[in-house]
Amino acid sequence: MDQFTLNLLFVGASFALYIGIAIWARAGSTSEFYAAGRGVHPVTNGMATAADWMSAASFISMAGLIAFTGYDNSSFLMGWTGGYVLLALLLAPYLRKFGKFTVSEFIGDRFYSKTARMVAVICLLVASITYVIGQMQGVGIAFGRFLEIDAFWGLLIGACVVFAYAVFGGMKGVTYTQVAQYCVLITAYTIPAVFISLQLTGNPIPALGLFGSTESGEPLLAKLNQIVTDLGFAEYTAAHGSTINMVLFTLSLMIGTAGLPHVIMRFFTVPKVSDARWSAGWTLVFIALLYLTAPAVGAMARLNISELMWPNGTDAPAVSVEQIESDPEYAWMATWQKTGLLGWEDKNGDGLIQYYNDKNADLQAKAEANGWQGNELTNFNHDILVLANPEIASLPGWVIGLVAAGGLAAALSTAAGLLLAISSAVSHDLLKGQLTPNMSEKNELMAARISMAAAIVVAVLLGLNPPGFAAQTVALAFGLAAASIFPALMMGIFSTRINNVGAVAGMVAGLVVTLLYIFLHKGWFFIPDTNSFTDADPLLGPIKSTSFGAIGAAVNFAVAYVVSGMTKETPQEIKDLVESVRIPRGAGTAVEGH
Amino acid sequence: MSQQNSSNNAYWQANIRLILISLVIWALVSFGFGIILRPLLAGIAVGGTDLGFWFAQQGSIIVFLILIFFYAWRMNKLDKEHGVDEE
Repeated sequence: MDQFTLNLLFVGASFALYIGIAIWARAGSTSEFYAAGRGVHPVTNGMATAADWMSAASFISMAGLIAFTGYDNSSFLMGWTGGYVLLALLLAPYLRKFGKFTVSEFIGDRFYSKTARMVAVICLLVASITYVIGQMQGVGIAFGRFLEIDAFWGLLIGACVVFAYAVFGGMKGVTYTQVAQYCVLITAYTIPAVFISLQLTGNPIPALGLFGSTESGEPLLAKLNQIVTDLGFAEYTAAHGSTINMVLFTLSLMIGTAGLPHVIMRFFTVPKVSDARWSAGWTLVFIALLYLTAPAVGAMARLNISELMWPNGTDAPAVSVEQIESDPEYAWMATWQKTGLLGWEDKNGDGLIQYYNDKNADLQAKAEANGWQGNELTNFNHDILVLANPEIASLPGWVIGLVAAGGLAAALSTAAGLLLAISSAVSHDLLKGQLTPNMSEKNELMAARISMAAAIVVAVLLGLNPPGFAAQTVALAFGLAAASIFPALMMGIFSTRINNVGAVAGMVAGLVVTLLYIFLHKGWFFIPDTNSFTDADPLLGPIKSTSFGAIGAAVNFAVAYVVSGMTKETPQEIKDLVESVRIPRGAGTAVEGH
Repeated sequence: MSQQNSSNNAYWQANIRLILISLVIWALVSFGFGIILRPLLAGIAVGGTDLGFWFAQQGSIIVFLILIFFYAWRMNKLDKEHGVDEE
């Protein structure tokens, strides 16, 4: 059986599994459909939330970004896990006590203002649409590889599949489907990592293998440092970027995680306040299983790629074009070339492909002496690394098929979930809640479908010229959530001082400055060449656009505080509402009537 | 009623104290050991690199996990001590 058929088989089987579970679970309990999570054990709920949360950015993109940058991209690891500490300590139990179902409802009630609710919905939409762009990039790459076509066509086909998946819908709401998706996703991520860790270090646990030693007794990371510096690249384990930027970037990802509506929503529906606390912990357990493996995947793949390009060491001749085209160990390169995401060119016509950093001045002498005329591995999209990883390490065909299924599970589940969140925000919160309260249920459903289609068209259009690799695009979405939603929620719980005007002013200020800063660096609406600055030379010192969310959040806090101080005090009944949210007792009863 | 309020106040103060302690540890292992204080830990070797690198890529995640479970356990106990738990 060839690889193509095998991939098809794995992807098909995993989809059949999700649909089967959806049908089975739905038949059993129609009422559970809307309150997914109620009556579900915190461990099961944690697993489902982890599947919901881990997307194309975590599965497909993140390890590649770590692989090609090294230590500096540790921010993704710390940021996307550290946010759960904020969520568990500062938000989850109180929002559960509040007892409504959406983030914008909490903001609308706590700040006794329809405007506040509307602004929250807009913030949510801006962050979610940016997030979907990143997911669509991942979907495009996965489909491109799996159908062996250009990533552009992969994106279009993927968009149709995501749309169908989200519209047939419901599937998403069923917790057990997500549990199945988590199992597929984590197995697909872990199995190739275990194989590769065994090959390189003899340790079956990748997280330990990363700090283990290779066959020769040399530590893996020391060997990796040696080979990448030989090729003129930056030392893998050393810090190169600005410390301030790294701190702000990590902080933005953390705050953004705690401000993402589709994650927070999961904690509204656990049975008890005490369960909301445990649930955050269990979610992080299941996320950590992937996140502890990811840095090992990155480092080991980087080592494998470097050694494949220089099979006899960096002082011997590089791999030949002939070998790339004929040796089965290099077959993955030809396959990935078809997606347009990998490319090589024998610039100096010596029949060999020299992979090195041609921008490093120290390597010029060596390059000239050997007649090299620039790096000949001309294109290596970082987002392909995880999907290509099992092929790079020459693992069996079924592992490659499994990874394809896992990548699609991660991207599709999150993309579909976000589309559902967007459509319910437009049809339920914006239209029904504000603009046309008398809309019939049928029209509301129609509006939901139309907004879903509109969101996916926008995401595809913007996804054609993405503002960065998938994980970087997603990082921008986190910055926007960090600057707008999180501060409003936190102040709503921890301060009775912040009033309606203050909260609205804070959210608007946070969202606008962050959006402006991103557009100035990434182009207006991400349209190429409309940017005034680049992340290589940002407007404010070392602060890149992906790191600005933390500053935006600070602006939000400051504006809300100052404006609240100048305007009318919060009414007593709202202060009582805040008091009641702080105490778990009576969580079963609704707080309606304020 | 006023007695209930002062008990609730004590509960909230205890909660805030616990949150602050937890957040100090949260910041110390990530922003501290993982980023800013990494040069200070450079002397401690871990598998081909230093302790700061380990904290940045793995250690902080493990500490986050412990923190969340510790907080959940401690708070659920605190709820009962102050009589504000869910029956």
